[in-house]
Amino acid sequence: MKRKHRRLLVVAVSLGLLGSAAALVLNAVEDSLVFFYTPSDLAERPAPPADLFRLGGLVEEGSVRTEGATTFFVVTDLNRTILASYTGVLPDLFREGQGVVAEGTIGADGRFTAREVLAKHDETYMPKEVADALRKSGQWREGEATQ
Amino acid sequence: MIAEIGQYVLIAALVLAAIQAVVPLWGAARGEAGLMAVGDRTAIAQAAALLIAFAALTHGFVTSDFSLQIVFQNSHSLKPMLYKVSGVWGNHEGSMLLWVLVLALFSAAVAVFGRNLPPTLKARVLSIQAMIGFAFIAFIIFTSNPFARLSPAPLDGTGLNPLLQDPGLAFHPPLLYLGYVGFSMAFSFAIAALIEGRVDAAWGRWVRPWTLAAWTFLTGGIALGSWWAYYELGWGGWWFWDPVENASFMPWLFGTALLHSSIVVEKRDALKSWTILLAILTFSMSLLGTFLVRSGVLTSVHAFATDPERGVFILAILAIAIGGALTLFAVRAPGMKGGGLFAPVSREGALVANNMLLTLAAATVLLGTLYPLILEALSGGESRVSVGPPFFNATFGPIMVPLVLLMALGPLMAWKRGNLRTASRKLVPAAIAALLAIGVTFLAVPDGPGLAPFAMGLAAWLGAGTIAEWGGRIKLFTSSPTVSLRRLSGQPRSASGMSLAHLGLAIMIVGITGSSAWRTELVTTLSPGQTVEGAGYAVTLESVTEGRGPNYSFERGALRIEENGEFVTTMFTERRFFPVANQTTTEAGIRTTLLSDLYGVIGERGRTPETANAWTVRFFVNPLVPWIWLGALVMVFGGLLSLSDRRHRVGAPRRAANAVPTTNKPPTQPMPAPAE
Repeated sequence: MKRKHRRLLVVAVSLGLLGSAAALVLNAVEDSLVFFYTPSDLAERPAPPADLFRLGGLVEEGSVRTEGATTFFVVTDLNRTILASYTGVLPDLFREGQGVVAEGTIGADGRFTAREVLAKHDETYMPKEVADALRKSGQWREGEATQ
Repeated sequence: MIAEIGQYVLIAALVLAAIQAVVPLWGAARGEAGLMAVGDRTAIAQAAALLIAFAALTHGFVTSDFSLQIVFQNSHSLKPMLYKVSGVWGNHEGSMLLWVLVLALFSAAVAVFGRNLPPTLKARVLSIQAMIGFAFIAFIIFTSNPFARLSPAPLDGTGLNPLLQDPGLAFHPPLLYLGYVGFSMAFSFAIAALIEGRVDAAWGRWVRPWTLAAWTFLTGGIALGSWWAYYELGWGGWWFWDPVENASFMPWLFGTALLHSSIVVEKRDALKSWTILLAILTFSMSLLGTFLVRSGVLTSVHAFATDPERGVFILAILAIAIGGALTLFAVRAPGMKGGGLFAPVSREGALVANNMLLTLAAATVLLGTLYPLILEALSGGESRVSVGPPFFNATFGPIMVPLVLLMALGPLMAWKRGNLRTASRKLVPAAIAALLAIGVTFLAVPDGPGLAPFAMGLAAWLGAGTIAEWGGRIKLFTSSPTVSLRRLSGQPRSASGMSLAHLGLAIMIVGITGSSAWRTELVTTLSPGQTVEGAGYAVTLESVTEGRGPNYSFERGALRIEENGEFVTTMFTERRFFPVANQTTTEAGIRTTLLSDLYGVIGERGRTPETANAWTVRFFVNPLVPWIWLGALVMVFGGLLSLSDRRHRVGAPRRAANAVPTTNKPPTQPMPAPAE
């Protein structure tokens, strides 16, 4: 095999691999992109039922109650609210009045069922999306829980 | 006073880095030995200065000097001593100081141990290291000064994030940085070689130990981090494809590719420009990782408090370093002549395939990690998405399959021209082991996910293939035991290290498969005395007791586990409340055997009067999960063993005295060279 042929082979194999990887990526991206919504977003453009998405906002004060292993809470961006539920052990940083990002689906009744509630390392942390959401709804006070 | 000394030496380190960045480079260009030698002294002085700065900051934490802002924000007088010390790097400013300290220590190591390096190469390497150091020390001084004072000094601090108060996480960042930042050595050697316009086998030999050391540290650091996530976050998971995790995984993937391609440079004087490119990319991923973790542009499950303004500074460093390096590469690489020819079926060919697959895997992880950023930028902030584990499982997984298949084959190939038939004959035991594993798994767990038996087969293939190759090298069973023993002691350590590292991956695949395919979970609410059955076990919440730790109070749940009416264990799980941080953490109760982990946590006590005496209890059976960290440990041990090889000693190899261009040099090993 000449050097030229060998190079051609390497190029062909790389292109083949790159192509299969691209196919894998395109195939996977369709199913696994998870969009982020705030309660106000959901009022404007409802998410399709049964589609997984992330809901972000604040856990409304006084809204948390439990039934067995299921916790019900209200997610608010201080304009709109959504009733959400989660079955299981909540992350340690889940607390009333604090930012929350939950991944799950919305039912026909407009209730959000969380499959996962994302934990944060730091109690002063505000998820970027939540901060943006509060800015958008005009409820953001600069300098408060900014980090 | 001591903090002011720290501040002063930090500025001194910046000045030293500036000198080191310019003088040796200039000296190398003009061929003046005196100027080149300046680099050695500044490198050692810079490391000393940063050590003093780091010691000064540690002193602030240990003595709880709350007039220092970051001590106030990240420490508390009641905290145990271990966490006072680890608090030094448990915050942004301190961890960046650790970052530059590690960088400076690596430079100093080149200055001290690199006596046999050609003076111009050494001078240039030290210059490049200093440029990186200068940028990051400036970043610390101008945006994240660890020595900023508070006046008046508060009486007590606000405490370290309780999640970080854990022995596993205390040592995770230093290990991770030794890996991350260690790849700067490969980068600096690559840039220096581009400036010199010369890459040869000797260069490959100098780069390898540094890459290997960084890789070993990074492997250990990532494994420690995932172990911590497993037992501390209380979700029973160990890897979440989270941006912060990917940030450390991408340099690992590129670094692994680099580790393998630098072998080809050293042994066969081929793949030179590719190896240079990989060295640049690997460190670029380290920089990108630093940027992702420190800027907070991506929402991460693990996000720490972060500051976007700092992100811009790191982004600028990133752009200059990567842009500059790639430009230099584009200008110089075409002039580099490829060396040793090889047939597609050969050791080199297998290593090229390894490199292609690893790079591809790293690229998909990179794409998945950055996609949310790209989409948000393109849509003007309207579309915000996250890319979750399904994406990575669907792209990364399939790329790993051919890689693992090849991993058993590659070491059996001869350099230059391999024989597929001879190699496959040696893989018959591996194929049998793989088929057995598939069959046994299928019979043992017929109702599990359909792909799981094949994953176990893959692990058996790699494990048996690696052992067969190793056995072949020492003529195990094909010759008398004394001969085998003699050959065993004659094995180069680097070859045994490779076998161990590959075996470690096989072990890890078993763990990954077991824990992701056959995990069972039980979530319920229990009052003390109540029992629930599920996942093949009966779980009783025996009692919940309250108590106090050094800086927290806890509720400790005792979970009694029975299997088929037989007592298995009583495990203790805690919910710890840290009043200073107003935060709760979970300590999982774990009972581990080699075959599986029983994993229990208690959650919150009920909020209503009826449920006030009930706790949420989560119980997992995680089959084979200890194998993940066992595998990582074996990989780290393989790296260390290989690193202890005499031929890898830094500075041991000498470039040919008269340094004729060494293209097409015959391999230094006899043809069926021992695998490395």
